[in-house]
Order: sequence, then structure tokens, then C-alpha cells
Amino acid sequence: MTADGRGVGPEAQPPTVVHGFRERAELAGARVPFRLKLAMVWGVILIGVGILFALAGFDVEWMLDHFWFIFRGLPWTIVICGVAIVMAVILALFGALGRLSTNPIAHGVSGFYTSFFRGTPLIVQMFLIFLALPELAPDGMLGLRRTLTLSAIQAGTIALGLNYGAYMTEIFRAGIQAVGGGQVEAAEALGMTYRQRMRRIVLPQAIRVIIPPTGNEFIAMMKDSALISLLGSVVAQMEIFRRAQLMGRADFRPLEAFIVAAALYWILTSVFQFFQTRLERRLSAGYVRSVKTFSQPGVSIGTRGELG
Amino acid sequence: MSDHTVVRVGGLRKTFGSLEVLRGVDLEVRAGEVVVVFGRSGSGKSTLLRCMNFLEEPSAGSVEIDGIRVLGGHRTRTQRERIRQLRIRTGMVFQDFNLFPHMTAIENVIEGPITVKGTAKPEAMELGRRLLDQVGLSDKADEHPIRLSGGQKQRVAIARALAMQPKVMLFDEPTSALDPELISEVLTVMKDLATETKMTMIVVTHEMGFAREVANRVAFFHEGEIVEEGSPEQIITNPRHPQTRRFLEAVL
Repeated sequence: MTADGRGVGPEAQPPTVVHGFRERAELAGARVPFRLKLAMVWGVILIGVGILFALAGFDVEWMLDHFWFIFRGLPWTIVICGVAIVMAVILALFGALGRLSTNPIAHGVSGFYTSFFRGTPLIVQMFLIFLALPELAPDGMLGLRRTLTLSAIQAGTIALGLNYGAYMTEIFRAGIQAVGGGQVEAAEALGMTYRQRMRRIVLPQAIRVIIPPTGNEFIAMMKDSALISLLGSVVAQMEIFRRAQLMGRADFRPLEAFIVAAALYWILTSVFQFFQTRLERRLSAGYVRSVKTFSQPGVSIGTRGELG
Repeated sequence: MSDHTVVRVGGLRKTFGSLEVLRGVDLEVRAGEVVVVFGRSGSGKSTLLRCMNFLEEPSAGSVEIDGIRVLGGHRTRTQRERIRQLRIRTGMVFQDFNLFPHMTAIENVIEGPITVKGTAKPEAMELGRRLLDQVGLSDKADEHPIRLSGGQKQRVAIARALAMQPKVMLFDEPTSALDPELISEVLTVMKDLATETKMTMIVVTHEMGFAREVANRVAFFHEGEIVEEGSPEQIITNPRHPQTRRFLEAVL
């Protein structure tokens, strides 16, 4: 029995003597659920940010007035990133298959592609595609020159797709290689062709490994799409950052404008993150023993994944 | 057992760098025959099996299965297609199962017929159910491999190989990765396959009990060669080669 009367079982449980306030507080703290603590931490951070915000004396009214103008850039940001990520995924898939291929042409082309687009800055690639591409047309071929002259949005989107495709090639390659050699052998033993093997056995398993880092790349891309504004897009096609930049400059409220832009990017990436987490959980079918795991919040396959 | 020869391996060689793993193996297997290959680990018996369906590239020699003959050496496009045809006629069961983890048991079984042979789904499902029933796993058809025991996984793997309706089944140490109490369920399925279905089988294993009971012929493999072969009684009870004798003394 302990001094404060807490019962201790007769079977040698370690005595739970509570010494003073500090330990009592710790015990009380241990009973608070983790999620509640987390919510409190977020609350404190947000209050702190709010206070700083108030102290800085931003023109909140201006921000509210011009929110919708900047907001109208959101569809463009989404369209740019949607097109660019589709392009990047296709390039990354073929890039990875090329890197893993014994065919010298496929291997060489994908090697050059990843080396160049990972080895030069994205902003340089954007300008090259925007400004240098039309120069490739020989003198006199005006039709071709016109085709190669892209709008800022087009050039920027293509540059984003090419650049991220090169980075994601490595992600896809690692994902494909993570599928065990035994899987390939089992598929080969059934008489599958290379294509059948990839489509039916290897890629469906690689996707599990590929999706989480690809989501990260997509989030990074959403933010990098702001670089397109440096090419100077026309008024009708301005994405979030370009609108913030112009409006902020016009009214001498650059900080307010950028804060609105930051908030929009943040909301966009958070919404995407939400769906990505759900997708990852769905993809873990066949890798977790109990069905129950699916309903547990916050369980990512990265830690739970287990190969059969 | 008929006189029709299904498997003909001639002068099969395999070298890894300067290491000679197979030193000219000849093996003929008739339809319905069960051949057990045994020997020390590292003797090259698994390599022999893997060379027979070209998961491993033989350095020289030839493999003929059900009339399809492929020579070892460099792989050209036409040869690749012939290898694929040979594999379609050959079932392979691996030591570590290699089930497809993203598919259920029955999906594993019907994958080959549907993807490789173009069998219609309902037809393949019927075949799949019949084969899972044959290996005693009808009730596990919709489970993913992660929820199966080792013995169950291996039985699904056997059903998957059988679904291609192969002319010969190759078993590469099918019970070596299993807990002792699960070995017999797999061996029972294999025994039924031999005695009831009259499947032609080449089995690499250390299970000498299985060899004695089921095999028509056993072959002792030593340093890349078959040094002794014959009926189970003859080889197991009265081995002639000193290496065979030493090995059997160690395992029996």
C-alpha cells in the first residue's frame, strides 16, 4: 500500500507513489489524448501568428477587398499543375523504364533527359522554352516558328512537366526496383511478356511506393508554378502569384497581396494532402493483415506496409 | 506412365564467371514421371531447374520441353519468344512462393490464363475455383496472400502454376521455407498431383520421405553433375557413389 492510499495489487506491482505537484501534473498530462494536445499546440501557434499579424498592422480590409481578384488565379494554377503533373508522370514512367532497360537507345535517351533537366535550374528551362525554342525554326519557316512560339503559360507548363518528370524518373525507378525480383520471376515463369509483366505485376505494386513521394513532388510543383509569372503571362491567364504581384504593386500593398497568395497556396496544398492520405490508405489493400487498419486515422502505409 | 518424353535436357552448362555451376547435365523425363533431384546446397540443383525455364541463362546446351527446343547462349528476339512458349508449357513453384501480393488467392491463380492465354474471365474463374479446391483452399479464394500461412501460400502457388495447364511442373525446394508443421500439407498436395493427376514433375527437395514414396526416379546432384540416378529404393537404400552415401547418412 502506498502513502496516499492508492491501492497496489498484492502481486508485486511497482509502487506508484506520487511525489508532489510536478509528478501529479505529469500524470494528469499523460491522460490527455494526443490529438487534443496537438490541437492545443496548433491553437497556440495560430494565436501567436494572429498577434504578429495584428502588430504588423496589415491592411486587412484591402486583403478582403482584393481576395477574389487573386483567387481567380487559382483555376490557372490548378490547370497548369494538372497538365504538368500528367506530363511529368508519363515522362517519369518512360524515363524509369528507359533507365532500367538494357536497350542502349532507351537507356541513353532517358539518361540524357534526366541529367539535363535535373542539372539545370527550372527558371532557366522556362526561359529556354519560352524564348529559345522559336529560334530553332530555320529562317523563312514562319509557320514552324509560330508553332514554336508559346505563350508564357504554355512554356511554363511544359517546363514544369519536363523538369518534374526528370526528378520523378528517379522516384519511379526506385519504385519499380522495390518490387522484388521474385515477382518478376514468377511472372516470367507464367510466360508473361515484358509488357504484361509491367502492367499486371510490377507497376501495380510499384505504385504503392511511388504515390507518396509523387504527392510531395506535386505539392512542390504547385508552389513552383509561381515561377511562371516571371515569364510575364497575359492578363487573361494569370495564376495566383502573378495576380498578387500585379495587384500588390498597383496599390503599394505587396505584403498584403503576398499573404493572400501564400494563404491560397497553403489551402490548395492542404486539400491535396488530405486526398493523398486517403488514396495511400486505399492502396495498402493486400499489405495489411487486418481490415481494421483502414479506419484508423493517420496511419500511413509508409510505416505499416508489409510485403507478403 | 507413357513412353512419350516431355523433357529433354542435353549437355546443359552454366558458369558464373569462372565458377562452373552446371557441368553438362543430361536429363530426360517421360510423361507422368516424377523425378526428385537431391544434393547438398550449392551443388547447382536449383540452378538446373532455373535454367530449364530460362530464369537463368544456360551458358551452353539445350532444353526441350513438349517439343519446344531452346539452345543456351545469347538471347535473340525469336529465341525470347520460343523461351516464352516453353515457359507457358512449364509450371514453376518457388521456394519462397512469390505470390502476387496485390491480388487475392483466386486472382493469383487466374492471372496466367487470363493475361497470357487470353482465357475468358468466367471460364478462368471456374478453373481457378476447381484448382483451389484441388489444393484444399476453396475457402481462401478471396484472401490476399498476407493473410495466408506459408503452407497455404505455397498451395496457392501450386494452383497458380497448374492453371496454365503445364506439361511439366518444376518444384524448386517447395518446402524449404516452411515451418515444419506446414510441410506435410504441401507434400500431400504434391503427392496427389503425382498419383491422381499423373503430372510430370521434377522436384528439387531434401524431403527424402517424399522421394521414397512418390518419385519414380531420384537423381543425386553433386558439384554440377548428376552423379547417380535410379529408382528410389536403389539409390536411397543402396547408394553406390561415396558422395551419395555420405549425403544420405547426413540427412536420414
